[in-house]
Amino acid sequence: MLLEVAGVSKNFPGVRALDGVSFTLQPGEVHALVGENGAGKSTLIKVLTGVYQPDGGELRYQGEPARFATPLDAQRAGISTIYQEVNLVPLMSVAHNLFLGREPRNRFGLLDEARMVHEATEVLAGYGVRADVRHRLGTLALGAQQMVALARAVMVDAKVVVMDEPTSSLEPREVETLFGVIRDLHARGIGIVYVSHRLDELYKICDAVTILRDGKLVHTGTMAGLERRKLVSLMIGREFGEDFTSFTETPESVLTGEPVLRVTGLTSRPRLRDITFEVRPGEVVGLGGLLGAGRSETIKAIGGAYPVDSGTIEVDGVTLTRPSTVRAVRAGVATQPEDRKAEGIVAGLSVRDNIALAILPRMTRFGLVSDKKIDAVVATYMSRLRIKAASPDQLVGDLSGGNQQKVLLARLLATGPKVLLLDEPTRGIDVGAKAEVQALIDELAAEGLGVVLVSSDAEELVEGADRVVVLRDGVVVGVLTGDQVTTEDLMATIAEAAE
Amino acid sequence: MTMSVPLPAGPSRLAGAVQRQGALAVLVTVVVVSLATFPGFRSADNAGTILIAAAPPMLIALGMTFVIITGGIDLSVGSLYVLGGVVAAWASQYGLLAALVAPLLLCGAIGVLNGVLIARTGMAPFIVTLAALLGARGLMRSISDQGSTTYLVRSDAFHELGTGALFGVGYQVWLAAGLVGAGIVVLNRTRFGHAVNAIGGSEDAAALMGLPVRRIKIGVYLLSGLLAGLAGAINAAKLGSGVTVLGSGMELDAIAAVVIGGTLLTGGSGSIAGTVAGVLLLGVIQNLINQVGDVNSNWQQVISGGFLAAVVVAQTYVVRVRRAPSP
Repeated sequence: MLLEVAGVSKNFPGVRALDGVSFTLQPGEVHALVGENGAGKSTLIKVLTGVYQPDGGELRYQGEPARFATPLDAQRAGISTIYQEVNLVPLMSVAHNLFLGREPRNRFGLLDEARMVHEATEVLAGYGVRADVRHRLGTLALGAQQMVALARAVMVDAKVVVMDEPTSSLEPREVETLFGVIRDLHARGIGIVYVSHRLDELYKICDAVTILRDGKLVHTGTMAGLERRKLVSLMIGREFGEDFTSFTETPESVLTGEPVLRVTGLTSRPRLRDITFEVRPGEVVGLGGLLGAGRSETIKAIGGAYPVDSGTIEVDGVTLTRPSTVRAVRAGVATQPEDRKAEGIVAGLSVRDNIALAILPRMTRFGLVSDKKIDAVVATYMSRLRIKAASPDQLVGDLSGGNQQKVLLARLLATGPKVLLLDEPTRGIDVGAKAEVQALIDELAAEGLGVVLVSSDAEELVEGADRVVVLRDGVVVGVLTGDQVTTEDLMATIAEAAE
Repeated sequence: MTMSVPLPAGPSRLAGAVQRQGALAVLVTVVVVSLATFPGFRSADNAGTILIAAAPPMLIALGMTFVIITGGIDLSVGSLYVLGGVVAAWASQYGLLAALVAPLLLCGAIGVLNGVLIARTGMAPFIVTLAALLGARGLMRSISDQGSTTYLVRSDAFHELGTGALFGVGYQVWLAAGLVGAGIVVLNRTRFGHAVNAIGGSEDAAALMGLPVRRIKIGVYLLSGLLAGLAGAINAAKLGSGVTVLGSGMELDAIAAVVIGGTLLTGGSGSIAGTVAGVLLLGVIQNLINQVGDVNSNWQQVISGGFLAAVVVAQTYVVRVRRAPSP
């Protein structure tokens, strides 16, 4: 056993990121680590590589209990990592990046520049990178930078290489080169932890797989012994076979109404290609697919926060020209971002201020902000969304996740939107609050809003949505309507699309 | 799979050249024009005056270059410069060695304190070194009785260090040149120097690559403190006493020289050669204004400020152009 994690837990304020997770890696094994956003993959990687210390459980490396206080400790022990976003220094030369921290020195103790350039050129050629290694790293394409990161990781006498979505910025040809390198590492007995959400890659290169969901281990075993559909259902659904169906009937009026949102041929290279769908008033349209399929990007593009190369977005019959967040909001599009804490609520402000944030320009009298007008709006939404706060002046940061989400919804609704874009509206909130938020979404749709819902939870998507548009690699691969809106069909569509 | 390396296109290359070589080009131009225009500028004596006056600021700017390349700032150096001078003059009664070691020990210790606070607690360098600026100034006032006691240099050897010359060039200039040379080697040819660049370029990446980020940060503030103390000492040696009223604002001149020399204020890229050009440029401008005589000497600051603004604009442009292609 090369590396073993036994019952490891890690808590962050308000979140249990890892809950008794175990994981083993054999020498020469390529082990896939999969799970949706927030499943705990990144946390587990950071525990393995010394960035985080586990709160509970044990780490064993080469048969000995291990404790890595820093990434340097882990690296010295032979555990190297390449991160999703290239973690090198763009302003320094390629060769210097490759050797940083362990540069060869001549007999005067000075760095041996000539040797670095020579060796770097040679090593990188083995990774298919042919460039002047004296140039700044930032001048290389992202794929080439990734290869430099990989070369660096392997050069430190690594016994374990952790790869966090190594192919997310690579072109198909570069992926082939990467796989060649991985096979070579495999042959040399190096253990590889491979994190990716691209199923075909996993089946191509990995021997074993471990699946996490909500910080818990849900499955571990051989890659070949796990069907694609089963894999998908373990990642996003409940146990395979327990089918889940939406029982809500879509009213006739909804099916015939004029679309309030019409997206046609939406393209944003390289993430989105030719995405077309429409949402009628009163309808909840789900966007399904795995992590990286382009769901969040689609939402952001409609909300004006993601660049669009071509395609049109129509809101209530009016085309949004030159999309920007300001124009989208004015047209009646309200976006609830995926990361509530970073992009949504302002934790240090009160409930009242958070709700009023987006509508301040309208809450004025004689050019000054009118407290009376704000209080009225805040009171309305606090009672309507059943926000549980001691008073409107309580800080949002002190509320539970569910109530924070409701405050965010209140802010969006106060702008009087026609279309509501919800990205993971129930992430990180407890079960009771989850049901409440879900019920709220249904109510809002019933009042005539067009809702687009993104959720990594297959049940939530199927239960909440009248229709589900399934994406994969930025392309629509299927639309589920009526009787087809079941977890079974959703997973089948995702899994088939991957084949 | 072959990946080509795109070279920066026209405007960005120009801006890059302005950033890296701008100070040198302006310095050469100013010197050439002055040689032709002002007879007083032409003498060897005047060149010596400029170089000797530039020696202490050069040492301070040298340390500042390292600090700024890590993405930090050291506001305490002006105070440490004065403190170092006063301590050196006081310690000169115990001989040459004491006069050099005492300011180095004290200012080095304050530098380490700066570094430890910045590296360990994550406090902003601006605030930590501002506190050190005030603290060191207070310390200097208390050992000089509110500045009323002036310690005279009691060691002839120490005084000689400040006033003597070798091959017609002052010892101070040799010292500064030697340390600049050593600094260039350290920055470009040692692991420490590369780590300094890496931390400024991306602190997260540097930490994840296993570089000893904290130790390196403490190292640069130590270096900055030592050099500021040394600069104060050689200035005291030249003046023959520990003058308590000079030095405020030296930290800003040093920052200006470093930035004019092309070091990115955001860290990650910079050169000591550029800093030398920056220091000399500021020195030459000062000298010229003294030559012209009837110009108010405060114009020197206006002109320096203008250069600084031009360079920072060029830098911002370079950084923006360079970041544009990557998403």
